[in-house]
Amino acid sequence: MAAAPATRVFQFKLVLLGDSAVGKSSLVLRFVRGQFFEYQESTIGAAFLTQTVALNDTTVKFEIWDTAGQERYHSLAPMYYRGAAAAIVVYDITNRDTFARAKNWVKELQRQGNPHIVIALAGNKADLASKRKVEPEEAEAYANESGIFFMETSAKSATNVNELFVEIARKLPKSTPSARPGGSNIVIQPQATMKKNGCCGG
Amino acid sequence: MALARPGRTPDRSESRAAMDDEYDVIVLGTGMKDTLLSGLMSVAGKKVLHMDRNSYYGGESASLNLNQMFEKYGNGEKPPAELGSSRDYNIDLIPKFMMASGKLVRMLLYSKTTHYLEFKQIDGSFVYNKGKVHKVPVTETEALASGLMGLWEKRRFRNFLIYVQEYDAANASTHKGRDLSRLSSADLIKDFGLQQETVDFIGHAIALNHNDEYLTKPAAELVKRCQLYSLSLAQYGKSPYIYPLYGLGELPQAFSRLSAVHGGVYMLNKKVDKIEYDESGRVCGVTSEGETAKCKMVIGDPSYFLADGKVKQVGQVIRMVCIMSHPVPNTNNSDSCQIIIPQSQVGRQNDIYITCLGASNSVAPAGKYIVIVSSTVETAEPVKELSPALKLLGKPDKIFALLNNVYVPANDFAKDGCFITSSFDASSHFESSVNDVLAVYEQIMSTLPPEERKLIDLDHLPAQE
Ligand SMILES: Nc1nc2c(ncn2[C@@H]2O[C@H](COP(=O)(O)OP(=O)(O)OP(=O)(O)O)[C@@H](O)[C@H]2O)c(=O)[nH]1
Ligand SMILES: [Mg+2]
Repeated sequence: MAAAPATRVFQFKLVLLGDSAVGKSSLVLRFVRGQFFEYQESTIGAAFLTQTVALNDTTVKFEIWDTAGQERYHSLAPMYYRGAAAAIVVYDITNRDTFARAKNWVKELQRQGNPHIVIALAGNKADLASKRKVEPEEAEAYANESGIFFMETSAKSATNVNELFVEIARKLPKSTPSARPGGSNIVIQPQATMKKNGCCGG
Repeated sequence: MALARPGRTPDRSESRAAMDDEYDVIVLGTGMKDTLLSGLMSVAGKKVLHMDRNSYYGGESASLNLNQMFEKYGNGEKPPAELGSSRDYNIDLIPKFMMASGKLVRMLLYSKTTHYLEFKQIDGSFVYNKGKVHKVPVTETEALASGLMGLWEKRRFRNFLIYVQEYDAANASTHKGRDLSRLSSADLIKDFGLQQETVDFIGHAIALNHNDEYLTKPAAELVKRCQLYSLSLAQYGKSPYIYPLYGLGELPQAFSRLSAVHGGVYMLNKKVDKIEYDESGRVCGVTSEGETAKCKMVIGDPSYFLADGKVKQVGQVIRMVCIMSHPVPNTNNSDSCQIIIPQSQVGRQNDIYITCLGASNSVAPAGKYIVIVSSTVETAEPVKELSPALKLLGKPDKIFALLNNVYVPANDFAKDGCFITSSFDASSHFESSVNDVLAVYEQIMSTLPPEERKLIDLDHLPAQE
């Protein structure tokens, strides 16, 4: 193996929540692949994506979950937000209803989610300023009183997309997790990989 | 409880649009088997609509929090404060463990759902013998120290184990002149001169048969089961079992996410009024809340087909769920374990299983344990049947008794297009459940045009990224 990496790597699960068509998948796609599609299909096909953010002395690896549409008929599984260290609640600045619903998602996360979850409120489609229906001051004030942080973003122009993830990465607690009671957790590996790992040559 | 898109009263127009559509498959019930089938069908490119009458995932195999548990089985009682916070509980309605090298693990790898789940190994596996709880020996040293058998018997037992370890169906030299496809399990065991107690131990604590039907069947299956046990044991070391963090209810959630990611549409809290059939008796849709979604086939658990007479009852399983403030006595304070009470030890036809899980499995608050005692019902007084097991537990804080009917399909899927999974049996692990899923999957494939058939080979898994 090569020299040990200079920085410590922390992995966190991050989930996206928000109304349909506010740009959740577009934000992820912009952040992970640097892409944007004018006609992004309603979410299908991606189980989860990963992307890393380098801070000064640490590297944060995000495991990003998108909703897969299960929230559409009130059917989001608890598994989705369980264990999530961070959540991005997205609304569309041109649509007030999506802002109202974003507030409800924040409430729901604070009630049901991990108590230390870092929540970011993203006012997306900031490039459509002429159609704006939600003022940033209003969202900022709401974020302050709810103890979360706020940014306006545009997946289309890439404005504040990296910044949003970097800010979350900064806010996440970087302590080495204490050993869980009853031994460590198992993530199932394919048999072949396990053999490889056990071998001394690698 | 599912997290609803908040602040939105059910969007009638949106729901109507989804119900107005035509699907390849409608799946009823979000049990582990049905969600797995839903996922497999979505991955195969089928358009799937999945409904469940409950507001949570998992159906009969859900894991419930304390409030849900009292609501469903508490006879009007409210959860007492000393049991702690409801959301810290994930109580399995069907207690089972996963064999670390078993078919469900392969299925998770096959369906690429392993990254949704984290597991813990179960700390210990125990067996009841002459009124006492013994650890199932997992190392040579433990075997020699175990009080389960005398010295000579240990030697014979060892010979048997060596034969089993070396046996390879494809290599005749390992058969030692025996044809295990014809020789019965009883005769194979007799060959090694083992005592009845040891036979029970092998058949029930290692091969994990829950009754004695295996004795008259070919020994090949017994050997396969023993090999699965030792292969699973070798995987992580303390016991052959693993168990998902937050309970078994995570399995259907993982499979439904798989389905949703591939386009499956999910509707919980959706009452199913009626399954619709055309004049030839073939299924053509499902009606819910006055709206009918069309489909070519329906997959579902038996509870959705009771009214149509497409299932028959074959037995009952009794499960006693105990919430305790101490681990099960005489299990070395194991955080999690299984105790098998072989039927012959307590004069029954079916084994009694005890499973114990706790905070380290994320199914109970710190200091609390969920202990579930279960068996196939043999008499008119099922609760009484479990008393030998309940005696081993000390005093629980709270007991719930769950009596489940076991149903199997009694329809002709080729005629009506209904593919029905069986109720979960009393076995302690998921091997038979996965076999049921594979069987139903094959039934579905057999009705599709040849170019659409896709077979699942769990022995040759696709490469993982
Ligand atoms: N102008 C503009 N359009 C955007 C922006 N972000 C997303 N969109 C467009 O908005 C539409 C919906 O975007 P998605 O990313 O699919 O939204 P979503 O929240 O993932 O939607 P669901 O998966 O249905 O829940 C697409 O047509 C995108 O091209 C943005 O920042 N600016
Ligand atoms: Mg999307």
